[in-house]
Amino acid sequence: MRTSTTAKTAALAVALATLALVTPAPSRSADPGPIKVALLAPTSGSAAAAGHDMVAGWELFWKEHGGKAGGRTIQTTVYDTASNAAHALDQARHAVEQDGAQVVVGPYLANEGLAVAPYTVAHRIPLFLPTVSADDLSQRQASAFIIKVAGWSSSLPTHVAGVWAYEQGYRKVATLANSYAFGYENAGGFAQTFSEKGGKIIDQVWAPLGTADYSPYISKIQADKPDALFVEMVGADAVHFLQQWSSLGLKSKIPLIANETTTDQSNIRSIAPEIVEGITSFGHFAEGRDAAPTRAFIDKYGKAEGVLPSYMATSFYTAAQWIGQAIDKIHGNTGDAGMFLGAVRQIKLAESAFGPMVLDQYGAPVENVYVRKVVATSGDAAKYAKTWNVVIKTYPHVSQFWTYKVADYLKQPVYSPSFQGYTK
Amino acid sequence: MSVRTRWAIAAATGLIVALLLPRLGVPTFYISLLTQTWIFAIVAMSLDLLVGFTGLVNFSQAALFGVGAYTVAIGATRFHITGFAEVIVLGIVAAVLTAALFGLVALRSEGVGFIIMTIALNEIVWGLAYQWVSVSGGDNGITGIVRPHVGPFDVSANTGYYYVCLAFFVLALALLLIVVRSPFGLVLKGVRETPRRMLALGYNVWLYRYLALMLSAGFAGMAGVLFAWYNQFVGPVTLSLDQTTQILIMVILGGIGTLYGQLFGAFVVVFLSNELSAVTQRWEMILGLVYFAVVMYAPGGLVALVPRLWARLRGRRAALATEEP
Repeated sequence: MRTSTTAKTAALAVALATLALVTPAPSRSADPGPIKVALLAPTSGSAAAAGHDMVAGWELFWKEHGGKAGGRTIQTTVYDTASNAAHALDQARHAVEQDGAQVVVGPYLANEGLAVAPYTVAHRIPLFLPTVSADDLSQRQASAFIIKVAGWSSSLPTHVAGVWAYEQGYRKVATLANSYAFGYENAGGFAQTFSEKGGKIIDQVWAPLGTADYSPYISKIQADKPDALFVEMVGADAVHFLQQWSSLGLKSKIPLIANETTTDQSNIRSIAPEIVEGITSFGHFAEGRDAAPTRAFIDKYGKAEGVLPSYMATSFYTAAQWIGQAIDKIHGNTGDAGMFLGAVRQIKLAESAFGPMVLDQYGAPVENVYVRKVVATSGDAAKYAKTWNVVIKTYPHVSQFWTYKVADYLKQPVYSPSFQGYTK
Repeated sequence: MSVRTRWAIAAATGLIVALLLPRLGVPTFYISLLTQTWIFAIVAMSLDLLVGFTGLVNFSQAALFGVGAYTVAIGATRFHITGFAEVIVLGIVAAVLTAALFGLVALRSEGVGFIIMTIALNEIVWGLAYQWVSVSGGDNGITGIVRPHVGPFDVSANTGYYYVCLAFFVLALALLLIVVRSPFGLVLKGVRETPRRMLALGYNVWLYRYLALMLSAGFAGMAGVLFAWYNQFVGPVTLSLDQTTQILIMVILGGIGTLYGQLFGAFVVVFLSNELSAVTQRWEMILGLVYFAVVMYAPGGLVALVPRLWARLRGRRAALATEEP
C-alpha cells in the first residue's frame, strides 16, 4: 500500500513536470513612466564613506533641477553594494530584473564594476561609471553599453605624474601601492612613463588594502633611499599612511608623488594640516581649482553637506549633469538604448567642476590632469575645511592612452604586479 | 499514513512546485534567486555533513566552494576547458584534492583547534585568490565565464539554468541522504558522539573524518562550479571567510543534522539579503537580528520550528479539551 502511494505520487510528479516543460511562460509587457535609474553605491562596508558622497553628489544635482530631464521624472533608487563585488551583482540583478531599472549608475570599487559590467552589457542596459576607474572597462573590455561618464581611468593621471617626476629631476623612484587592481594601475601608469623618460624604478612595494600599520613598508622604502616616492592609497589606508609617514619623520626627507585618492578631500579633511600640507598629487579633480564652475560647485556642496566635496561626490554630480543633458537632447526617449548612449557620447562639457570633458571612442573622458598641492584653505572654502588641493599646473586634454598609439597601447597587458610598463 | 509516505508526498509536491514555478509567470529575478538557493543549499548540505553528522565545524567550506568556482573560471579563460561534464568533474576533483590537503593539516587537532586551523586554511586560499594576480585576476576576479550547453540544451537563459541547478540539488540531497543512512554514515555519527569509544571499537576515527571531509568537499566543489556559471564572475569574495560564515548560518538556520533543512536555511539567507537590502540600508543589522532570533527561539533550526509550533498548538487544544467539563 505504502509503495503504491509513493509510486502514484512519483508518476504524478513526472506527468506534471512534463507539462511544465512544454507550457510556454507568460510574457509581461513593459510600462512607460519615469526613467528608472539604479544607483549602485556602497552605503555600508569598507567604502561606505565614498558611497555616501556618491549619493550626495547625485541627489544634489537632481534636487537643483526638480528631478526632471527631457520632460520625464528621474526616479533614482539607491542599492547598497556593501562594498562587495558579489553583492553588487546581486543588486544589479534586482534593479534590472525586478525593479525594471533602465539605467545603472555606479558602483564605486573597481571589482564591483568589473562584476556588474558583463551583466548589464548582456542585458543591454547602459552602465555609467563615474568612479569605477578600472582601465580595462574602457580599454580591453570596452563596450558600447559602458561609459565612464564624468569618470576616469586609473592610470590616466599617473601617466602624467611619471613625466612630471622626471622633469623635476628625480631619477630613482620607489612606488608604494595597495595590492589590488587600482593600486597596480596607478603605479603602472607612473612606472611606465617615468622609466620611458629614463628614470629608474628602484623598488615596488605592495601593501594589502586595509593595512593599519604602514611602518614596516615605510622602513623598507627608507632603506631604498629613493629620490622620491610614488604612492597610491585610498580611504582609511591613506589616513594611516600619511600620519605614519609624517610621524616617522619622512615627510621632510623624501618627497611624495601621490595619486589622486591619497590626498582626496575625503581623506585630508580628517588629518591635521601639518601632516598633509605641501604634498604633491595628480588628479582629474582639484577642489581648490580657481575656476568659476568648480567654485560654484564647492560652494553649493558646502552649503548642502557642510564639507568640501570629494572627487566621488563631484563625479556623481557631474555625471547627473551630463546624463541630464543627454536625456534633454533626446526628449526623454531613453527607451532606444542606442540613441540614448549616442546622445551621452556626443555631450561635450565645455566646462564643469572638473574642467572640460569629452569622451573618446572607448567611453572614457579626455580631460584635464592637475598637478595639485595641499595647502590651507582660503576664502569661503575655509568655512568647510582646513586644507584643500590647489592646482599648480594643468595638463589639458589628457587621454587614457596618454601620448601612445591606441593600437600599440592596447597590445600591452593591463597593469599588474608582473607588468608595470618597464623591464625590471 | 506512515511517516515515510508523508515524506514522499511532501518531497514530490515540493519538486512539482519547483518544476512548475518558472512556467507560472514567476518573475525571472525570483527564478534567479531560487537558482542561487539551490546552489547554496548544496554547499550548506555539504557543510552539514561535517557539522551535523561528523562533528567537524569546518570554517574552510568557502575555500572548497571557491576552488570549484575558480576551476571553472581559470579552466575557461586560460585552458579553454568549457564542456559541461568535464568542468563539473574537474571542479569536484579540485575541491576534493584541496580537502585532502586541508585534512592532513587540520585533522591533527579537534574542536576549537580544528576550527582555528580551518580558518587559517581558508585565509590562505583567499590570500592566493587575492594576490596571485596572474592566475586568479586578484581583487578584480575573473569575468567572461559562459554557461555551457548541457547535452543538446542551451541553458544560458535563467530558466534553463534554474532546472540544471534544481537537478543537481535533488541529486546531491539524494546522495547525501543515502550516505548518512549507510553504515558509513552511522560510523560518522558515532565519531561525532563518542570518538573515543569508536576508537576503542577499532574504528580509525581519523580516517573517517578525513573521508567525510573529502566527500563534503566534492559537493562543495560541485556547488562552486554551478555558482561560477550562475554569476558568470568569480572573485575573492566567493571564498572569503564571510562566505564560510554565511554558509554556516544557512546550516544553523535550516537545522543542523537534517540535510533537507539547509534548503530552507539557504532560501531565507538568499531572499532576505536580497530583499531587505532593497528596502533599507540597515539590512545587515536586521539580518543579524533574524539569525539571533532563530538561534535563541528555534535552536533546532527552521525545520524544527514547524513541528514545535504544531505540537504547542495541539497541546493547547488538548489542554482546552481537558478543561471542558
